[in-house]
Amino acid sequence: MRPSAVRLLNILVPVKRTVDYAVKIRVNPDQKGVDLNVKHSMNPFDEIAVEEAVRLREKLKDEVKSIKVVTIGPPKAAETLRTALAIGADSGIHIEIPESAPAPEPLGVAKALRAIIEREKDGVDLVIMGKQAIDDDAGQTGQMLAGLMDWAQATFASKLVVDPKSKEAEVTREVDGGLQELKCRLPLVVTTDLRLNEPRYASLPNIMKAKKKPIQKITPADLGVDLKPILETIKVTEPPKRVGGGKVENVDQLIAKLKEAGITPVKS
Amino acid sequence: MLRLRPILNAGRLQRGYASAAGPHALVLLEHRAGVIESGSLSALTAAQQLGGQVTGLVVGAPDEVKGVVEKAKKLKGLNTVLHSASEQYAHTIPEVVSPLLEKLLSDSSPYTHVVSAHSSAAKSILPRVAARLDLPAVSDITSLEHDGSATTFTRPIYAGNAIATVRAPESVRVKFFTVRSTAFKASAADEGAQAEDKAVEPVEVANPPTRHVRTDLTKSDRPDLGSASRVVSGGRALKNAETFKSTLEPLADVLGAAIGASRAAVDAGYADNSLQVGQTGKVVAPELYMAIGISGAIQHLAGMKDSKMIVAINKDPEAPIFQVADVGLVADLYEAVPELVEKLKQQA
Repeated sequence: MRPSAVRLLNILVPVKRTVDYAVKIRVNPDQKGVDLNVKHSMNPFDEIAVEEAVRLREKLKDEVKSIKVVTIGPPKAAETLRTALAIGADSGIHIEIPESAPAPEPLGVAKALRAIIEREKDGVDLVIMGKQAIDDDAGQTGQMLAGLMDWAQATFASKLVVDPKSKEAEVTREVDGGLQELKCRLPLVVTTDLRLNEPRYASLPNIMKAKKKPIQKITPADLGVDLKPILETIKVTEPPKRVGGGKVENVDQLIAKLKEAGITPVKS
Repeated sequence: MLRLRPILNAGRLQRGYASAAGPHALVLLEHRAGVIESGSLSALTAAQQLGGQVTGLVVGAPDEVKGVVEKAKKLKGLNTVLHSASEQYAHTIPEVVSPLLEKLLSDSSPYTHVVSAHSSAAKSILPRVAARLDLPAVSDITSLEHDGSATTFTRPIYAGNAIATVRAPESVRVKFFTVRSTAFKASAADEGAQAEDKAVEPVEVANPPTRHVRTDLTKSDRPDLGSASRVVSGGRALKNAETFKSTLEPLADVLGAAIGASRAAVDAGYADNSLQVGQTGKVVAPELYMAIGISGAIQHLAGMKDSKMIVAINKDPEAPIFQVADVGLVADLYEAVPELVEKLKQQA
């Protein structure tokens, strides 16, 4: 058993509970934030991350030893962990913060994740996480975690092939203007792009089974991390409203409008 | 560990007094094929708004760096151009480039801000470096204001449906931020300008954990999507890759426009993913944005609603795109677009 044990992969998937992507958000009149009494779900990029971890196990079978999901959030974030467990993760860790606490910043989250990784007895070989959360749109946590751990990083991944034997991964990334292929040594942080996979729907039996999977609750203090934001959010406002200019009847009127705006065809 | 902390903080305070001379920005100048990326030129404009010294940084393979530095020295608003050349820097792998930036930004460095475009390369590098220096970062800013010690930024959140104003206080030794290029004019070359240039020793990384295998860039003769003044964009209604091409290309040709696509069109394989406009793709703000067969989902609007003029052609009069379009035409795109192309050609 021993010699092969070193090749087993332990995967960690951080997930975030965010306002559902289809919700049209409203800014609160006090300009302190947006109305959060709306439908929430798992950040879409994180769903892709969980799916990818589960697919890796389907492909590599026993070579994936564990898939752990972790979230930082108020009590309700436990639902997000259950969703991830229903997709196929084995166990969850909930770093619980009070409902009223300000949203942690990527640096704080990355430090908490570092603390989680350092607590894992078997270590973590691969972190798969979303490339950005659709609420704060920061897109920093994965890179920050890789930096703190001094690990390899592969951002905006659209394809991931892991070889547990060589402890290497081939990753295709979506970059400005095209695609880039990297070869990364594990341990590695991968951040997912939309095109990495199509997440499955959790089936009812799996949702039932997920209720029995263990979720460990801890606090930021247990991890020795401070999640207090460093940046001060002064206000949150509505973006300038765009007023639709109405419709035209036909192509000629459309061209007239273009001309009015000074847009003319180019000479070929 | 706990004992070290007060000492570190003391060092920080001292430097705070010593460097009260004003902001000093370090701007990452990204380049491709010897040309400085337009996003970096916008980042340079943002850096100048801090009101202090501006240093540019050019990192790359030895055969590229020299030419890029010559161009960078002529940019308006740059005081100094730092450059570091190494074969290792050919593909700006974050694990390889970070140590150089960490060295430049060490405790004794003069820099108060690190600025870059919100490009895929900088998005990968900056947060990594910031975290290693125990500093936060601000992504994709659309405006900024510096008041001597603190910097206040605005940035879109929730796919651009809200604007957050955030302040990086004095305690943040170096303020990292990436710049939404459509929100800042590109800094121009100025024949009179002649920034000083300084070479920086590369920091070689032995046995880096990541190796570059290859990069495939989509080749195109059209203007670059991110900086084009006109964009013609297609959605799911374009049916397939052939009709996407045959319908949109003639229109883009006659308008001298770049071609973009909605996520639906990219997912369905009609267009390359580098053409995606939206929250998860490119953010554009051209003079003219033509949305052809695009319904206008929140995520798509996030990438184009700052365009000066939005024109929508869609069969569905209820499509949300009409709520933001300056000019909407309810019509079958397969009739309207060829007619539009014909009539525009007659005017040319």
